[in-house]
Amino acid sequence: MSFQTDAKRILRWGLISFYRNTVVSITSILMMTVTLTVIGMTIFLNAILGFSLAQIESKVDVNVYFYPNVAESQIGDVKSMIQQLPEVASVEYVSQDQALADFKARHSADALTLQALDELGTNPLGAVLNIRAKEAGQYESIAKTLDDNSSLAKGSNAIIEKVNYAQNKEIIDRLTGIMRSVQRLGVAITLFFVIISILITFNTIRLAIYMARDEITNMRLVGAENKYIQGPFMIEGVVYGGIASVITLILFYPITLWLTNNTQAFFGGMSILQYYGDNFIQLFAILLVSGVLIGMISAWFAIRKYLKK
Amino acid sequence: MIRFEHVTKYFSDRDLSVEDISLSIAAGEFVSIVGHSGAGKTTMIRLLLGEVKPTSGNIWFDDFDVDGLTQSQLPGYRRRIGVVFQDFRLLPNKTAFENVAFAMEAAGKTDEEIVSDVPHALELVGLSHKARAFPSEMSGGERQRLAIARAIINQPEVILADEPTGNLDPQSTYEIVEILKKINDLGTTVIITTHNKGIIDALGKRVVTIEKGRIVKDDKHGRHSMQ
Repeated sequence: MSFQTDAKRILRWGLISFYRNTVVSITSILMMTVTLTVIGMTIFLNAILGFSLAQIESKVDVNVYFYPNVAESQIGDVKSMIQQLPEVASVEYVSQDQALADFKARHSADALTLQALDELGTNPLGAVLNIRAKEAGQYESIAKTLDDNSSLAKGSNAIIEKVNYAQNKEIIDRLTGIMRSVQRLGVAITLFFVIISILITFNTIRLAIYMARDEITNMRLVGAENKYIQGPFMIEGVVYGGIASVITLILFYPITLWLTNNTQAFFGGMSILQYYGDNFIQLFAILLVSGVLIGMISAWFAIRKYLKK
Repeated sequence: MIRFEHVTKYFSDRDLSVEDISLSIAAGEFVSIVGHSGAGKTTMIRLLLGEVKPTSGNIWFDDFDVDGLTQSQLPGYRRRIGVVFQDFRLLPNKTAFENVAFAMEAAGKTDEEIVSDVPHALELVGLSHKARAFPSEMSGGERQRLAIARAIINQPEVILADEPTGNLDPQSTYEIVEILKKINDLGTTVIITTHNKGIIDALGKRVVTIEKGRIVKDDKHGRHSMQ
């Protein structure tokens, strides 16, 4: 018998059986939908945590404060020197005047400070270079490079007043530490739920095949080969997975819409709905492949037991 | 064609066993195996189908030992035998047509053969009008006739019928026996197990009587002799 004929018959019996065993099919699809929703949630959670972590990391920078009397050209030299460091993503120059304006803006409600500043007459603030590294872990080496450069930071010709990395370091470290722990915990918890829900789906399919055990025996008695018995059940598993992945994907629209409206501010401005829209194809592919594999493998495992005898 | 040579089978439950059975059945014979419930009739059928293995002894089908068949050889072997059970063992989610067609598909028949042969088999057992019905929509007699249609569809060399009329009313019983006789007349070996006296007497064919797992009588033109 040709492979094509076999495949066609197995596919046909699988689809007929799916259509006729309505209750079993609906139950299996529902269970599979729960599993796929958990898998989808894991993907969203990872995206949210990753985004939040990136947000926090992007807020971190190292500020180099210059003495007020340092010439702009000297600062320009330092800036280009820093820009050449491989770890540096960007360097922003804040002039003395800008620094004063920023300071005034920041303390606009504090009349006493502003009055004191006016009485001083001159601008006591030096220019600042705000440095952003490519990765959070690289700040230390950038700060160290500046500190170690004796001609800039030490002696009578020093032009750098201070590099504030040490003060920021502790809080940055703690924050990234917390975020990474949360991410790890999130992955562990969701992995746990993913495994549990896969097991539940597996058991649902196993139960469906258990109910058909007499039918399997009868098929064997009329001399059907294993592929003829196993094949249609695996096709059913594939159909469960396919339909459940579509349902799950549709369900995620209202879920992400609701989550976006309620949590956007909390998660540092990330729109889950937009993430859903941007990654729609990948999301569908992941859910579809997961669903189909879970359905097919569950059926294969569950039926193996009845074919051994 | 079929030979049991000193076949003994013990289950953990010793009631369902056969002991030192030796029996030879030629091609084209119609043999009734009679005995009380638990005498070992069904065990003999299961042994012949390769569903259970003998504890000792050999069962020969033509020139090969049934016990020596591998898992992959069993389906091919079973397609040479058509089986009919007391509880019908039909596929509940398939229509009458599909039940018969499935056996043909399993035997690797083409779609054209299926479309042309299945209606004939259903006609032979008087079920043409029920082709689209599911087993749950049929009476006991109809289900058993469907089981027979499925059993004969691949033109097996042997038909094994295990208490085929056990669950049927007298009219259906009569119909089933007539169909089995017709199949035998066409040259197929038929082996049935039964404890229905009326069937045995009406057939007037070979009767093998077993009691407590042993053959106690083998009459060429037997009548029912159990008390």
